[in-house]
Amino acid sequence: MNVEKGLLYTKDHEWVKVEGDTAYIGIADFAQSNLGDIVYVELPEEDDEVSAKDSIASVESVKAAAEVFSPVDGTVVEINEDLDDDPGLLNKAPYEHWIAKVELSDKSQLDELMNDAEYTDFLKEA
Amino acid sequence: MSAKKTPLYDRHIAAGGNVVDYAGWMLPVDYVGLKEEHKAVRENVGLFDVSHMGEFDVKGKEALKFLNYVCSNDFSKAADGQIVYTMLCNENGGIIDDLLVYKYNNEHFLMVPNAANTEKDYNHLIKYVKDYDVEFNNISDNVGEVAIQGPNSQKVLQKLVDFDLDQIKYYHFVDDIDYKGHKLLISRTGYTGEDGFEVYTTPEGIQQVWDDLLEIGKEFELQLCGLGCRDTLRFEASMPLYGNEMGDDISPLEAGLKFAVKFDKDDFIGKAALEKELAEGPKRKIIGLEMEDKRIPRHGYEIQKDGKKIGVITTGYLSPTLNRRLANVLIDIDEAVIGNEVDVIVRNKVSKAKIISKKFMK
Repeated sequence: MNVEKGLLYTKDHEWVKVEGDTAYIGIADFAQSNLGDIVYVELPEEDDEVSAKDSIASVESVKAAAEVFSPVDGTVVEINEDLDDDPGLLNKAPYEHWIAKVELSDKSQLDELMNDAEYTDFLKEA
Repeated sequence: MSAKKTPLYDRHIAAGGNVVDYAGWMLPVDYVGLKEEHKAVRENVGLFDVSHMGEFDVKGKEALKFLNYVCSNDFSKAADGQIVYTMLCNENGGIIDDLLVYKYNNEHFLMVPNAANTEKDYNHLIKYVKDYDVEFNNISDNVGEVAIQGPNSQKVLQKLVDFDLDQIKYYHFVDDIDYKGHKLLISRTGYTGEDGFEVYTTPEGIQQVWDDLLEIGKEFELQLCGLGCRDTLRFEASMPLYGNEMGDDISPLEAGLKFAVKFDKDDFIGKAALEKELAEGPKRKIIGLEMEDKRIPRHGYEIQKDGKKIGVITTGYLSPTLNRRLANVLIDIDEAVIGNEVDVIVRNKVSKAKIISKKFMK
């Protein structure tokens, strides 16, 4: 299972890339691989206020729907509309295609996420 | 891990199958991807391990009488070598299971229950066996089964066996086909909506059949298939699934399975309740639904009209063949009208949908 270096991860297999006060949120390789062929991504709306552990999106494969939980509190500032047209991008390159950009309201929450090494260990234990 | 393994478990792992615990059995969801496997069965040929299915052998002078009492269908009219689809009902007319019954003759039958229901069915049936002159045996552990499905399934299977498969008509079977010292039962059945066959033999025999079908199948680009596409295939083909379209609290009349209930035979379990329901008319019905936005309907989602619950989705998918967002729904009979507009509650949001025929492929 591919774990991209330099990202932060949740136990629910979301990844977070931080640039300044903005968090890009996507799903890890493990998540897309478990889901199989992704056929629909329900995106949040811009300006949505989200809290950590809130569902911000749903990623659906042929067989199941999976929630994507926000790892942080903040405001959705942009959504990746490419996923509307081609949800399979998440299968092809899960770390290249973020789902939503969230403006962080509490950067200290990032300390609770795993770095790539910790996430790799987490996957081994799971 | 307590999940059971089929005789083909090691082969699934070796072939790179995505093996998971499926209703107590370690079986592959897919090998190369659900969509690709689904397409292979619709257009070419796919091979499934269905060894988890149960088998009950029913033998004796009163085998026919016993089955006609415990099942909803009538086996007296079936020919020897014919297979009959039936329900086991409870006294309230709810469905305990749906299964296939293979008729050797009036004194010998093979029942094939759903894997997850095998124990439940056995415990139900064993209560009635003592009143009949029959031997009733759960032989599930001694039987392996594969399904070869798709328009090219006959071509592939014909290369395996020295028996003219044209002689097996739809929903019929032939037993005692000798294959490398193994005795095969071959039926022209399956749960995909395509032409196809199911092969039953011993656990050792099924390993031989599997290996040889894979070898023969190379020429035909035979695809190994997991349980994921089995469900999308059967759904598109409007075949109901136990636990979705059927359950202990859903009757065959509600599920659209009246054809498998024979009211004109002698008494059977559930008859009185079903006759009453027939006279009054069922209160709910399974029918089709199509979403009018991009959301995908899923099992368990609530259906509403004017904010009031009128039903539930029993199965829903983005259909791989049709690329439409389709579902089976169990809804109030008054709302089960083709063209009716309803709301589906998806993640606390309302999506518009329309009631359609459940015969999606037609």
